[in-house]
Amino acid sequence: MTEAPRKTPLHAEHVLLGGRMVPFAGWEMPVQYAGIVKEHEAVRKAAGIFDVSHMGRLELQGEHAAAVVNYLVTNDCGKLEDGRALYTVACNEEGTILDDLIVYRRGGRDFTVVCNASNRDKIVGHFRKACENHCEFRDVSDETALVAVQGPKAFEVLAGLGGSELSKLPSFGYGSGQVAGVAVQAARTGYTGEDGVELFCAAGDAATLWRGLLEVGRPLGLQPAGLGARDTLRLEAKLCLYGNDIDETTTPLEAGLGWVVKMAKGDFVGRAALEKQKAAGVPRKLVGFEMRGRGIGRHGYPIVPAGGGAAIGVVTSGGPSPTTGKNVGLGYVPAASSEIGTKIGIEIRGSVIEAEIVRTPFYKRETAK
Amino acid sequence: MSVPQDLRYTKDHEWVKVEGDVLTVGITAFAVEQLGDVTLVDLPKEGKVLESGKPFGVVESVKSVSDLFAPVSGAVVAVNGELADHPENVNAEPYGKGWMVKIKLSDAGQLAGLMDAAAYAKHVEASTH
Repeated sequence: MTEAPRKTPLHAEHVLLGGRMVPFAGWEMPVQYAGIVKEHEAVRKAAGIFDVSHMGRLELQGEHAAAVVNYLVTNDCGKLEDGRALYTVACNEEGTILDDLIVYRRGGRDFTVVCNASNRDKIVGHFRKACENHCEFRDVSDETALVAVQGPKAFEVLAGLGGSELSKLPSFGYGSGQVAGVAVQAARTGYTGEDGVELFCAAGDAATLWRGLLEVGRPLGLQPAGLGARDTLRLEAKLCLYGNDIDETTTPLEAGLGWVVKMAKGDFVGRAALEKQKAAGVPRKLVGFEMRGRGIGRHGYPIVPAGGGAAIGVVTSGGPSPTTGKNVGLGYVPAASSEIGTKIGIEIRGSVIEAEIVRTPFYKRETAK
Repeated sequence: MSVPQDLRYTKDHEWVKVEGDVLTVGITAFAVEQLGDVTLVDLPKEGKVLESGKPFGVVESVKSVSDLFAPVSGAVVAVNGELADHPENVNAEPYGKGWMVKIKLSDAGQLAGLMDAAAYAKHVEASTH
């Protein structure tokens, strides 16, 4: 593909802030501003804002919208109440993952689906086709922007911009509000392991919202954060990255996402294949590991037995974890070798470096008792 | 960005300090800025014979893995072992505590292939546009 990269409504803001712009899934996005570790720490200790407008935003409307969505995803949207969202995956008939999504129920006939930028064309096509003759479908990605505000001080920042009522949203709650004078739809969701919201607004309002958040947030320690910090934050929280940890060769059961597969809800795309795999047992599992030897396991590196030998799996995500100070990663290993405490080797530039399978997430925020 | 005048440079953003026939090698402030936080430095052992232009080690940052290229041919006579535990020294002092190896030059003629500070400053300028 030689098409020029696309730009979000906040592109000029990123350039103004000195963001280092890189190509990502057909978009030109900031990978970092002040530095990945600095941004990572800001999100863990104060707050960070992320432009995630490159993600796809789809709307389904009509009497049968609920049934269509529920047929396309593995989680049970039938139990979703108005103003609530859920995390799910959409599979193909083979039970492997087309994308991971968040589905929002705005009302009984109104649903929003957010998909990954890298899968937008695929998911738009898949959902549009399924909606034909059943409900209305709109891709509203280009008319809107999406900004994530994450971190322990996220709600303090929002309160400073007239959005104090947003702190009343429950986890995965969804509602409308005003922030910095901009009308937003807010969801208490994120991809960092911290509390916070993701704000949907009109594309033309995005810069006002972004600047307002920066102005009020900076004195509280807020930083604009790029894709680099987004990746280290989500890895510590063991949130899967599509294209790395999950893709069309992996099933949700193998990826440890069995909790979003609800067999009891009735038929859905991929159900038969997933039932079969569930009955037979998964051949491999996505596990977390910590490096024990000196080395950093990264995406694509082979996982081998502890003493060396032929590959038994592959690292899907890996790198330094700024919060824990350890080198961590995720990867697939045979189910028989997936127990916590199992010693494995990661092949790094021809040498086998020792690692150990550990409990995940690598980082979990302390929540109020 | 200031470029120390007393050093020589390669196109791969490494600096070389020439003291007789022993060369101290590190990466420049420009390289460090591009890498971000250095998290691991993999260096050869003393005695290893390097070949000019070939990879001899690796610098890893949070998101990247970059090869180090030998600025000249020669044997490694010293390695900065402190970087194993303190890779952040590369960020803090790229021209000081962040040095990587010392190489005993096999042939003094090789120095002609290195840039002086003025030429390197131009090279950095070109790399950023």
